[in-house]
Amino acid sequence: MFVSYGFIAFMLVAFVLYYLIPRRFQWMLLLIANFLFYFSAGKYYPIFILVTAATVYGAGMMMARCDRELERYAAGVRAGEIPKPSRDEKKARKKKINGKKKRWMLLCLFLNLGILAVTKYTNFAVENVQNIAGGEFTPIDLIVPLGISFYTFQAVSYLLDVYWNKCAPQKNFFRFALYVTFFPQLIQGPISRYGDLSQTLYGEHGFDWKQVRFGLERILWGYFKKLVVADRIGIAMGTLLEDPEYYTGGFVFVGMIFWAVQLYADFTGGIDITIGIAQVFGIHVEENFIRPFFSKNIAEYWRRWHITMGTWFRDYLFYPLSISRPMKNITTATKKRFGMGGARRVAVYISTMVVWLATGIWHGAAWHFVAWGLANGAIILFSEECAPLYEKFHARFPKLGISWGYRAFQVIRTFLLMCCLRLFDTYADLGLAVKQFIHMFTQFRWNQVTLQELVDLGLGKKDYLVVFLGVLLMFAVSMMGRRGSVRERISKKPYAVRYGIFLALFFITLLFGIYGVGFDAKQFIYNQF
Amino acid sequence: MKRGKKIVLGGVSLVVAVALFFGLQRLVVPKYAGDTPLEGNFTAEYYGEDARHDVIMVGDCEVYENFDPMVLWKEFGITSYIRGNAQQLVWQSYYLLEDTLRHEKPKMVIFNVQSLTHGEPQREEYNRMCLDGMKWSETKAEAINASMCKGENFLDYVFPILRYHSRITDLTKEDVKYYLEPRKITHNGYYMRIDTLPASQSDVADPSWLLGTEEERKAAQSGENEIDDPWAEIDEREENEADAIDDPWAEIEGAEESDREDESGIVEPGADTAQSSAEGDKEFSAYAMKYLDKMRKLCEEEGIKLLLVKAPSLAPQWYDGQNQQVSDYAKKHGLDYVNFYELLEETGIDYETDTYDGGLHMNYSGAKKLSRYLGKYLKKHMKWEDHREDANLSKVYEEKLRFQEEMKEAQQRELDRYGEIRNY
Repeated sequence: MFVSYGFIAFMLVAFVLYYLIPRRFQWMLLLIANFLFYFSAGKYYPIFILVTAATVYGAGMMMARCDRELERYAAGVRAGEIPKPSRDEKKARKKKINGKKKRWMLLCLFLNLGILAVTKYTNFAVENVQNIAGGEFTPIDLIVPLGISFYTFQAVSYLLDVYWNKCAPQKNFFRFALYVTFFPQLIQGPISRYGDLSQTLYGEHGFDWKQVRFGLERILWGYFKKLVVADRIGIAMGTLLEDPEYYTGGFVFVGMIFWAVQLYADFTGGIDITIGIAQVFGIHVEENFIRPFFSKNIAEYWRRWHITMGTWFRDYLFYPLSISRPMKNITTATKKRFGMGGARRVAVYISTMVVWLATGIWHGAAWHFVAWGLANGAIILFSEECAPLYEKFHARFPKLGISWGYRAFQVIRTFLLMCCLRLFDTYADLGLAVKQFIHMFTQFRWNQVTLQELVDLGLGKKDYLVVFLGVLLMFAVSMMGRRGSVRERISKKPYAVRYGIFLALFFITLLFGIYGVGFDAKQFIYNQF
Repeated sequence: MKRGKKIVLGGVSLVVAVALFFGLQRLVVPKYAGDTPLEGNFTAEYYGEDARHDVIMVGDCEVYENFDPMVLWKEFGITSYIRGNAQQLVWQSYYLLEDTLRHEKPKMVIFNVQSLTHGEPQREEYNRMCLDGMKWSETKAEAINASMCKGENFLDYVFPILRYHSRITDLTKEDVKYYLEPRKITHNGYYMRIDTLPASQSDVADPSWLLGTEEERKAAQSGENEIDDPWAEIDEREENEADAIDDPWAEIEGAEESDREDESGIVEPGADTAQSSAEGDKEFSAYAMKYLDKMRKLCEEEGIKLLLVKAPSLAPQWYDGQNQQVSDYAKKHGLDYVNFYELLEETGIDYETDTYDGGLHMNYSGAKKLSRYLGKYLKKHMKWEDHREDANLSKVYEEKLRFQEEMKEAQQRELDRYGEIRNY
């Protein structure tokens, strides 16, 4: 939706109104904009998001009431208004109130995860049941609201934060609805925490030219990545995937690289647009990527790629699972048999694999996503197991570890490993992905990927040059980004240089972007999640 | 920075951005000069004209490739201009007519009815070729809205760079050569081709619906078969029906004609020619007819005569039912309708020598024949001032005729050199 003229017009109108109306009404305007945006995506969508907003808000209020009840009780005891209860009485009272609080949380959690599960995973479940039972699968026509995985996770993070008293509940329903529905994030995240986003979301924002300029630059950079690079290379990817029988061997490797470029440019481009839009409105949205392709191992990669999703699973699944009662029981049981080291491993192994299974399923209702998630988890655990070996190696060759060449090797190794894992996602078919991975080695021929074959993928030589230069530019900007904000550095340049850079990027995107009649500017890949 | 300096800097920045925007836009829009189809500048060419024309023709390729305004000038002293484009739809013809009337008021409008067969937008490329060259006005906005296919966007017409930006990797020397001044292709809207591709040597059109099967034609030539003359029946019917058909021109000119044929060889067409089919029996869409109505009413309001014509293309087939609908419409509204399929003998059209693409469109020879017939027809039915007596206008047309002669020679040179026409 970001790439439609309608969206750009919508943004312009919202922007102008935002700074024209009294500042105390700004958040209300954003709320209206959110619902207009969401309604334009699908007339029934607002119902779903409203149900989520209303139930989570309601649960938050009920949980806060429980907290107040407990506080009142404690205050009453302290003030002597309530006869001093025994230790057991206090414990029982606390348990009762906390139990009520927990029930509200669980009720709301299961309701919203239930909506997510029904809308997104019903067909997957039915298909698999029918595959086992036999019979023909007929998909059920269900509405899958735009960005349901994102806004559900965002709402759940609030629910759990309130439950754990990490943040105070929002008392105004409409303000809370603004947090859940904030339109730039609805398409593909990031998954913002209430504690972070609320700091600037409800504030009164005067027109700050520097912020607006930075926001516009970020938006433009996002469009460049999406339209010039991602959608262009996407044309070749489309051809590669259409005929996997022909495009095997060396082409699997080519496809792997192309897909990495496309996914990166697409997803980070979308996030750039999201963050840029928010910045134009004076709102701070957390970063979702920190140069992920510069990671030296997979664990680091996942700390740099889709950060808000990774931290969500860490904070709301991994940690709670690791310290949950069943896990403690397992740890205790295994401790007796394998000792402390073994017991810790079992807890980490189970939690990690559950998290990655959930991550895979979150990405989509398909077995290849499940496999992709589990493979990620397995490699991370394997890598952790090998950590002592690495340490030994680095201790033996201390200079090597800090050498530029070795670090480059680590980066390339991680990049290629992630490319291989992404084959599950690329081919969107478990069996085919495995087959193509094997064929990449068994059917590899050096003379297979000729220039003519590449041109036959649907991109001309000039298009490849554009992609190459685009990737080079992204690489250069990433390199510059290691030493601080690129935009801050640009802003210190003379006006002519700054303006020249902005105009150049604008016209390059305008001319070399893949959009308009004759092209199907692809939906952002992460929309589907 | 001082406020004044800021304003100046902002102004300069804006001017640079706007200049770059329109400069690059001009670069990427197709020049329709060889690297892309040639038929994209026709609409715009009109605006460079001295807008004084007796006759304005509107329609699709059946107009702009089949009638030559230069013949009407040279042989009849009538000034005319064709506002036609590839697959120009009825509503596009209507809006181009409306646009034309902003600049001049002709005595007559000729509309080729082929496009009535289309009731909805067809192809984006053709929309662009027709509409891009139109000067901006309310009329153009309405024309765009009426013409857009699914997936098209109005904004792409406002800023063509949004549509053509992808040409940036396919630019040719033509884009530089014709950056400022587009290449002139037509002769008052007429697209001329002097080469020939006989219908018998091409399979783009099946002429049997009009001319009979090959066997029938051969038999007709050798006189072996009595059912061989496809025109005999028509001629006979015309003779029988001639008196019964109202001549809308008769009242205007006070002409008293007892026969539809006179010394000039002009024959008023009858009702039907072609074979019948389910497709042919379909009614023209209400949308198409709405715009024909609008065109008629606009002409009535402006006091302009409207003449309906059907050019004699071998494809697409012109069905009996379609022909009947046009005839009925013409009769109902007192319009004249000239169906050139029925006038092959009178015009002398020979699909072996008068077409450059196997019968779809006329070559120069065919266009000359049709134009001559049209000229005679116009002269017969209406009084026209002979503009050849106007010294200034004659000078203008001298130049136009010279341009046409030069193009003929250039096309002939290409034919001699390559055996085909490549750049025209």
